[in-house]
Amino acid sequence: MYEAQEARVTASGRVLLAGVSLALRPGAVTVLVGPNGAGKSTLLKALSGEQRLAGGRVRLDGADIHAMAPAALARRRAVLPQAAEVAFAFSVAEVVAVGLMGGAPGGAQAASRIDRLLRRVDLSGFAERRYDSLSGGERQRVQLARVLAQLECGEAAKPAYLFLDEPTASLDLAHQLTVLRLARAHADAGGGVLAVLHDLNLAAMVADRMVVLAHGGIVAEGPAAEVLTDDVLHRAFGVKVRVGVAPPGPFVLPQNVLPA
Amino acid sequence: MSAEPLSLPTAARPAVAGLSLLAALAVAAFLGALAIGPFAIGPGRVLAVLWDAASGVPAGSGLLRERIIIMDVRLPRAVLGALVGAGTAVAGAMMQGVFRNALADPGLVGVAPGAALAAVAWVVFGGVLGALLPQSVQLLGLPLAAFLGGLATTLLIGRLATRDGRTSVATLLFAGLALGALASAGTGVMVFMASEQQTREFLFWTLGSLGGATWIKVGLAAPFIIALVVASPWLARGLDALALGEAEAFHVGIPVERLKRLAIIGVAAGVGASVAAAGVVGFIGLVVPHLARLALGPAHRVLLPASALLGAAVLLGADILARMLAAPAELPLGVVTALVGAPFFLWLLLRRRAFVG
Repeated sequence: MYEAQEARVTASGRVLLAGVSLALRPGAVTVLVGPNGAGKSTLLKALSGEQRLAGGRVRLDGADIHAMAPAALARRRAVLPQAAEVAFAFSVAEVVAVGLMGGAPGGAQAASRIDRLLRRVDLSGFAERRYDSLSGGERQRVQLARVLAQLECGEAAKPAYLFLDEPTASLDLAHQLTVLRLARAHADAGGGVLAVLHDLNLAAMVADRMVVLAHGGIVAEGPAAEVLTDDVLHRAFGVKVRVGVAPPGPFVLPQNVLPA
Repeated sequence: MSAEPLSLPTAARPAVAGLSLLAALAVAAFLGALAIGPFAIGPGRVLAVLWDAASGVPAGSGLLRERIIIMDVRLPRAVLGALVGAGTAVAGAMMQGVFRNALADPGLVGVAPGAALAAVAWVVFGGVLGALLPQSVQLLGLPLAAFLGGLATTLLIGRLATRDGRTSVATLLFAGLALGALASAGTGVMVFMASEQQTREFLFWTLGSLGGATWIKVGLAAPFIIALVVASPWLARGLDALALGEAEAFHVGIPVERLKRLAIIGVAAGVGASVAAAGVVGFIGLVVPHLARLALGPAHRVLLPASALLGAAVLLGADILARMLAAPAELPLGVVTALVGAPFFLWLLLRRRAFVG
């Protein structure tokens, strides 16, 4: 269990996260949705350990993650960043190798492993390309391959947690689905997933549990069908929507912005 | 070793070949530094003298003159040159890794001038304290002072250029430029107040030279630089991860703050020892890592040793030119490295404007 307990984050006097409690369970995909500035990325950063807390705790199987060594934490959770620039002209294989946690990146075994990971994100044959020559969507998938490499290097006996910060932002439709399918597969294999998503329809499709965040607090949480209601979305996004159900799941049609 | 190449993956082969080539280049430059000079000594004779000296043959008849020139003059100079080149280049590669930018050269951003200022301060005030301190402390104080000067400057630069965890490259360069100019001015003030050979001393500290190479200088610089070069591969994975971003490096398990601290201590050690031994030799820390990246890629596991080898070769080559171009006078080493390095730096800026955004 990976959980935030009353996690509070402030930045220069502003409250970004007002004591949020959230538990991620192995085997489940949890999706964070909410308007811009709701604190989604901040919550993800607080959970990953990147963001220091002004109050509360983040625990992994009971242990405070800020008391864990970065390497030990990295064996239990991996993070796909939102925008990833790489300094210097690294090759795709070298970027993926960073995820191989000290497993010799020069070894023949590592090379075939990297090829296999690149195939999983639909980037076969990209190993020797320069990362900085790729498109935004390709870069995103290279980073995903790196994150998958890290998950493979984790502790086999304990569930690993995968954090995705807007993983579909720069991807085309087919590759959005690839990413979500990989996230789903990770959960089905016993890992935990937390994803920040903007597209409510994609969110509804992949989420076992949805968490709606607004103004640094949780507005609603539960299965997508229970959370995605006209009322909740109105309160969180300030947009008048009507949630319909086209078999087999809910979908959302925005109508117009609510006058302030 | 014979079975080794079979087990190497394709990606590692160019790295091994490249490092071997650079090692050969460094050896060639080293032998060149021993052979070339006002009194030319053929490569065969150089090797013969080295062999005689190494196998303990008493300095006798035939090659006496060559042996004195090589063992007492050129060998300490070449060893010091190799050390200074390797230390400066590895420090450059490491600092660029920490600041995630190819322009973060310790010479360019004021670290080397800061080290020189501290070294000069030690020379001036250490002389005053001379009666109180044993000679060994006085000697060791010089590289230590330069190390601390370099460390202080690096920390100051980092502090000035980093706000809310983000390092501004423009601020890094401008603040570094200002600090470097200030440190050089301070060096000038002290040299001209305290020394009888002001101009020569000042040129040594600001433009560098291997002219005063002695085995004592070699002995003082070697521990710092060898420690840096040998230890640097342990930071390679962390520096690679850091290229992806500080948050990303933390996510893959790198203790980022500790990595940065260690790397900055390494930079200060390499720069401090080099500056204490040979003054500020510009552009080596900028040009050498960049060439190594172009040839062998940016992965630090290869880049750091490659920079050490290429740095040694380039500095020895520059010293040969410094001795030959205006013979029998000697050019300051920094004049030669600037002749080559400054145009290269401009080319780099024009080619990659994005570096300074």
